[in-house]
Amino acid sequence: MIELEGLTKRYGEKVAVNNLTFAVRPGIVTGFLGPNGAGKSTTMRMILGLDHPSAGDVRIDGKHYDQLKDPLTYIGALLEAKAWHGGRSAYNHLLCLAQSNGISTSRVREVLETVGLTAVARKKTKGFSMGMGQRLGIAGALLGDPRILMFDEPVNGLDPEGIHWIRNLMKSLAAQGRTVFVSSHLMSEMALTAEHLVVIGQGRLLADTSMADFIERNSRSYVRIRTPQRERLLDVLHEAGVTAVDSGGGVLEVEGGKSERIGELAAQNQIVLHELSPQQASLEEAFMQLTAESVEYHAHSDTPREQPWGDSWNKGA
Amino acid sequence: MSTPQPPTQAAPAWQAVPGSPYPTYTSPIPVIRTHLGHALASEWTKIRSVRSTMWTLGVFVLLVIGIGLAAGALVANSSDDLGDETPLSLGFFGLLLGTMCIITLGVLTTASEYGTGMIRTTMTACPSRGRVMAAKAIVFFAVAFGVTLVASSFVAFVQVGMVTEARDPSGAEWLKGTVGVSLYIALLGLLSLVVGSIVRHSAGAITIMIGIVLAPLVIALFMFSPSLEDLRQALFEYSIPNQLSVFYSQSLTDTGPSGWDPLWIVLGVTAAAFVGAYALLERRDV
Repeated sequence: MIELEGLTKRYGEKVAVNNLTFAVRPGIVTGFLGPNGAGKSTTMRMILGLDHPSAGDVRIDGKHYDQLKDPLTYIGALLEAKAWHGGRSAYNHLLCLAQSNGISTSRVREVLETVGLTAVARKKTKGFSMGMGQRLGIAGALLGDPRILMFDEPVNGLDPEGIHWIRNLMKSLAAQGRTVFVSSHLMSEMALTAEHLVVIGQGRLLADTSMADFIERNSRSYVRIRTPQRERLLDVLHEAGVTAVDSGGGVLEVEGGKSERIGELAAQNQIVLHELSPQQASLEEAFMQLTAESVEYHAHSDTPREQPWGDSWNKGA
Repeated sequence: MSTPQPPTQAAPAWQAVPGSPYPTYTSPIPVIRTHLGHALASEWTKIRSVRSTMWTLGVFVLLVIGIGLAAGALVANSSDDLGDETPLSLGFFGLLLGTMCIITLGVLTTASEYGTGMIRTTMTACPSRGRVMAAKAIVFFAVAFGVTLVASSFVAFVQVGMVTEARDPSGAEWLKGTVGVSLYIALLGLLSLVVGSIVRHSAGAITIMIGIVLAPLVIALFMFSPSLEDLRQALFEYSIPNQLSVFYSQSLTDTGPSGWDPLWIVLGVTAAAFVGAYALLERRDV
């Protein structure tokens, strides 16, 4: 259980994390979602006692991080990629971590086996690929077999097989009753792994909800219909009390998941349908809408603004 | 999923977790109260598992023994005698150059963790920042002192054996020329470690330390104005090369630090810097 209360971090004038209050509970994967620069990593660093909060408090099972006597057996964290000395071998890197927490060397071999790095355990880590680096970071997090796990963007740089592996790992860790807190800027990734969702933007809490609720609230489902007998179908639907909206291009849309009903109505009235497809607005869209105002670094790909030097310079082209 | 969620409330204390409303994972790994010993083992693994340690200490030993033996051989084959000096003083040149290696290793022990990002992993594994710093200091000091003592003692014995036309060193001189000078150099390395922790940048910290070692002497060399004579004298006397030579009872001047004074000076400076670095470490973000 991780509890944040009014957690705030200021760097001079800039507020990186603004009054965050939420709890991460055991037994499920909690997704920590936000666009780049939203303050996810800063929040995680404060949880680990690396950065001092400007205000507020964060506790792990009621304790501050620096009160934990054997932190690695309590909470394991994957922070940014490659937070280690590249000249040291993977085995020695994990060994020095294990020793600082009184963990046996046999456990080091165990986690190397778990993440699949046994073959390169004696190699210097500076030659590791991004994916191998993530695996070593995860090995470090698993070292103490902790009850709380925190992963900052764990799928970054992983190939599809690695991503699949991470998803299953996180789910199985949570199923064992552990607290799993994982950050990402990809909604689609979270939808596949997280049961609970905490969304932040520009350091502020935007949502703290279960994934099921979030999906239900934010994803609009509708049925897309194309038919050559448009007027006839509209009449039939109207009689049946179903509201259809013309969305242009000869396409009708009906809110909700009523495709069976519409198909049956069309069949009874011998109306030809060219298309009848249930649709779901993507979670990615919902997430982008939620964080739209708070995105710090917009890519200005929309309509080009008028240039101060006028736009006559490219008229000749 | 979909078990009804009990209202979130602050867990009273982590010991109470077994009775908490949530299913909690219990690790089969025994819980140990960690102490300084664990941090020492960890830092020992760190220092022995990077190649920079082998390089800096290897070059150090080569310089001390190589230059020491060369100086001994030159003096032994010349017809002049050393007068009032003992053969121990011939070890000075190698140690002065070797100091640069110890400084580099000291700085790298702390600053390289900031350069690589390892420091965040270290501080996550051991949230007691003071313990991390103490463990680093103890392990580094033991390594630096041990290596310097072995190298300087070996050179001293060989030189005394080679150079026969000189006064035999007394017991006190033996002690200063081996243990004393090794303590001094190890403390200088410890000061570098502390500076590395404050500056958090390897190249920057090494530059500062080399400046501290060489600048006063070099500046004093070019102070020709008579009105600066006192300052020039002080810079000479308290420059680190001159303090190092005090361990061989030879000095650029007759006043200034003598006997074991240089050791107390570097001890005081290092202790003060250590306290400052610790205060900064506690206050700053990692």
